[in-house]
Amino acid sequence: MPFIPHTEEDVAEMLASIGAKTIEELFDEIPKELVSDQLTGVPPGLSEMEIARLMMERATKDGFYQNFIGAGAYEHHIPAAVWQITTRGEFYSSYTPYQAEASQGTLQLLYEYQSMMASLTGMDVSNASMYDGATALAEAALMAVRSHKTSPRILIPQTVHPVYRQVVRAIVSNQNIEVVELPFCTECGQILPESLENSVHEEFAALVIPQPNFFGVLEQVDALTDWAHSRNAFAIGMVNPTALALLTPPGEWGNKGADIAVGEGQPLGIPLSSGGPYFGFMACKNELVRQMPGRIIGRTTDLDNKEGFVLTLQAREQHIRRSKATSNICTNQGLMVTAATIYMSLVGPEGLRRVAAQSHANTLELVDQLEKIKGVKRVFSGPIFHEATLTLPAPVAEVLSKLKQKGILAGLNLQEHYPEMGNALLVCATETKTADDLHNYAEALKQVLS
Amino acid sequence: MLIFEHSRPGRRNYSQSPTTPVTKSAIPQSLLRKSKVLLPEVSEMDTVRHYTRLSQKNFSIDTEFYPLGSCTMKYNPRACNSLAMLPQFLSRHPLAPEDTGQGFLACMYELQEILKAVTGMAGVSLTPMAGAQGELIGVMMIRAYHESRGDFFRTEIIVPDAAHGTNPATAVMCGFKVVEIATDKDGNVDLDALKAAVGPQTAGLMLTNPSTLGVFEENVVEMSRVVHQAGGLLYYDGANLNAVLGKVKPGDMGFDVIHINLHKTFSTPHGGGGPGSAPVGVAERLLPFMPVPIVAKEGDTYRWVSEKEKPQSIGRLSAHMGNAGVLLRAYIYVRLLGMHGMHRISQFATLNANYLMAELRKAGFEIAYPNRRASHEFIVTLKDIKDKTGVTAMNLAKRLLDKGYHAPTTYFPLLVPECLLIEPAETESKETLDAFVKAMKEILLEIEQQPEMIKGAPHTMPVRKLDDVKAARELDLAWRPGA
Amino acid sequence: MSIPTNLKYSKSHEWVKPEADGTVTVGITHHAQELLGDMVFIELPEVGRELKQKEECAVAESVKAAADVYSPISGEVTAVNSPLVDEPGKINEDAYSAWLFKLKPSNAAELDGLLDAATYTELVENEGH
Ligand SMILES: Cc1ncc(COP(=O)(O)O)c(C=O)c1O
Repeated sequence: MPFIPHTEEDVAEMLASIGAKTIEELFDEIPKELVSDQLTGVPPGLSEMEIARLMMERATKDGFYQNFIGAGAYEHHIPAAVWQITTRGEFYSSYTPYQAEASQGTLQLLYEYQSMMASLTGMDVSNASMYDGATALAEAALMAVRSHKTSPRILIPQTVHPVYRQVVRAIVSNQNIEVVELPFCTECGQILPESLENSVHEEFAALVIPQPNFFGVLEQVDALTDWAHSRNAFAIGMVNPTALALLTPPGEWGNKGADIAVGEGQPLGIPLSSGGPYFGFMACKNELVRQMPGRIIGRTTDLDNKEGFVLTLQAREQHIRRSKATSNICTNQGLMVTAATIYMSLVGPEGLRRVAAQSHANTLELVDQLEKIKGVKRVFSGPIFHEATLTLPAPVAEVLSKLKQKGILAGLNLQEHYPEMGNALLVCATETKTADDLHNYAEALKQVLS
Repeated sequence: MLIFEHSRPGRRNYSQSPTTPVTKSAIPQSLLRKSKVLLPEVSEMDTVRHYTRLSQKNFSIDTEFYPLGSCTMKYNPRACNSLAMLPQFLSRHPLAPEDTGQGFLACMYELQEILKAVTGMAGVSLTPMAGAQGELIGVMMIRAYHESRGDFFRTEIIVPDAAHGTNPATAVMCGFKVVEIATDKDGNVDLDALKAAVGPQTAGLMLTNPSTLGVFEENVVEMSRVVHQAGGLLYYDGANLNAVLGKVKPGDMGFDVIHINLHKTFSTPHGGGGPGSAPVGVAERLLPFMPVPIVAKEGDTYRWVSEKEKPQSIGRLSAHMGNAGVLLRAYIYVRLLGMHGMHRISQFATLNANYLMAELRKAGFEIAYPNRRASHEFIVTLKDIKDKTGVTAMNLAKRLLDKGYHAPTTYFPLLVPECLLIEPAETESKETLDAFVKAMKEILLEIEQQPEMIKGAPHTMPVRKLDDVKAARELDLAWRPGA
Repeated sequence: MSIPTNLKYSKSHEWVKPEADGTVTVGITHHAQELLGDMVFIELPEVGRELKQKEECAVAESVKAAADVYSPISGEVTAVNSPLVDEPGKINEDAYSAWLFKLKPSNAAELDGLLDAATYTELVENEGH
């Protein structure tokens, strides 16, 4: 029996000890009318050899492509050691570290993770992860409203990832929180801080500031942060962790720094994997730590005064505070954080800076080459990090489809989310792309468009 | 020693980041970072050693018996991991066109169908990223259902007092008021309390069955009738589905919406706290409200169903499609087990639990619900032992660590004093259970003879009992140089 | 020490001390702190806040639990014991000197409805811990 070690003898002895004749008898408290042994629709079992064959066939069918899509999930080199260590059974098959003395490995790693994220974002404290970037943003909005106390309103610019905005809306609207979307400058692709004072009149709890934004454009984060603070609201920075190796971290934005920083952790050593599992990160200022959702690890000492690590501030969480918890989150994305911590250790500050700088340079180079093609233009004048929005002289869907035939996934069609932008394409070239790759893309696009 | 303490300025791993000098840069000076990023500067070997050594300070299923109630710590087959990590699956971008992911989508579609079959529900969405998110999505659907009928006055969600903390927390996160109802002496929900609690204000009831008390809710059919009659819907917390897989389907018990913790019943790893995955299943009347994306099949091709086709959908609750890699592992697991394997899960989990309960009872432990069968888990209470000796459930739990066993769940559910919720998953052998009973007997003797030693446990772990009061009073949540 | 006779008590384990100036001082009882364990955090109401009887107005948090504190009577908060926020352990040391807040009662009759020490002692004993 797959994964069940019992011999017939074992079963007989166990039933004898229980005082039952059959295993079926152990289910005798279930009302008869409910019992149904029918599982039609579940295929018969396969051996490991057979399932391996099936999965390899399916994987082969999906194949490999040159990927230039970003839009919230980024292809980066992942050192081999990251997943070899992450999938060690002691990390992979352990539970949430509730028994601290038997979980010092996971707990210390999470403390190190929190330290790395606090520094990367320039904030005081980080939690031990949220589900993904989008839910982290929704939780940040809830946290801001709880802390603000007087306004149930959140401002989210339309330069924030459109799906993130949907997720935030879906989650926070349950608590009658109003999401107000802010328009952006169609020329520069940024929110204009100077436009806000006159267009936003009502009180609000927080302003979300993406850096870089969905279009790859860098926002004027200092002015935006200061403006939110001038209105007694919180500033929530939504950031790409790789970019933070180059860019001012949210904790240092404006005069006082952003209050909460969140984002998608996937670029830190997590494979693209069709969208998950990834992890959301969240960090904040000390003053807000008791409003933070999710697990937090603290350093302390044991009976012999030896250093050790525990889950702390647990009274915020659902297993203690129940209906008054800061969030319902329980299981988080622990193993992904394990990978991210090992990734950050392996690349170090200089490695991460190089990954960021090379991704930035590759995207600039790609855009330069593409802009030489007739009719291809950058849509926005604002500075970019590692993504750019282009217009094409032909319907994007057709162009993408033709480039796919050549093995290139050339970017994301913005038609669905920003139909008013016409033939707009979002492209990304990370450090994984070589000069040849960029050149091939440009050549292929030229052919397709001619 | 922290990884930061291995750090030396200027040390780095040259093969792990770009080497070619960067020629282009166009980031305005004003946006550039001025402060240092405090990541460690360590060699690859030091990193590997450090984290390998840390891993060795963990208990895990791969190294210890882990009878953690409500968590279903069963063996995580290695094939599920290695096949879900085939390079084509790992490298696929979530926004890549559907025709470049037909292999992956086929797995997702089939998983949806299999989960429908085992739960008896009409539709399944794979997007929730953990049980608690499944709950949120489920309760949101309940709300959307009522509102679609112009019924805006259902403001309460009923939750038994034995429920997991995520249930009440979810109801509140979804804008509802929580009404707690009591449990009777045999561990069933108090039917009279339920009848008194329902009314036109009832949006729904959240129920775990078998419950977190380790028993099957015998009145579930009547409960379902009571709630439905009041116009409310029934939510099934599938955390304990492992106990009844292939025996009873939540759909047949009258539930309108359910979540299934794949990281429990379908053996995806817990990963030291996550990721999980908790698909939701719905009855016919909730189909229009399901979250997207969902996978559809047309002829031989698979595609995503988007919000455009489901105008009443509660929308999107994750950036992409949830924890895809976890879903792949669960898919591989169900294909390995097949139909008969599904049945065996609940049979052998139940056999293990009832055997262990019988043996511990014989060893002198007090069972919280002695007149009931165990589901796939059961509760031992140390109330008498604590009254006599001062030794608590927590003390015993810590002593078990010394003996090489992970502790059962302690102090949950809250209504049983000094409780240990014990769940020996079906993948554990009789020898392991017998050895555990032996260790428990030894501890019983130690409690009598050396209660102070037990109170000071654990004694053999990498650290002794940790000061969590200090941790909470003198918060140290991040390392800082020189601190 | 555990249940002073000069104080009044609520069923939710707050103690109340009528002061000479007409205000009352409120804290949580020795029994309550014993149930909760070592205090790690206290959240106090804002001065000036109008409280209704039985309204949640403060939180006492230990490592394993968090308890809401309910206002024993209605009134306006006139002072809070802010140093307690930095030293929540004071409640464990002496629950009756570590007061939480002072109220100016808006309905003095509510005071009469509170329990005296004997009745509260009975309540605690019947709880069976
Ligand atoms: C009964 C019960 N309900 C809900 C949950 C929450 O699930 P998750 O941790 O996946 O969010 C759990 C597990 O932790 C549980 O045991």
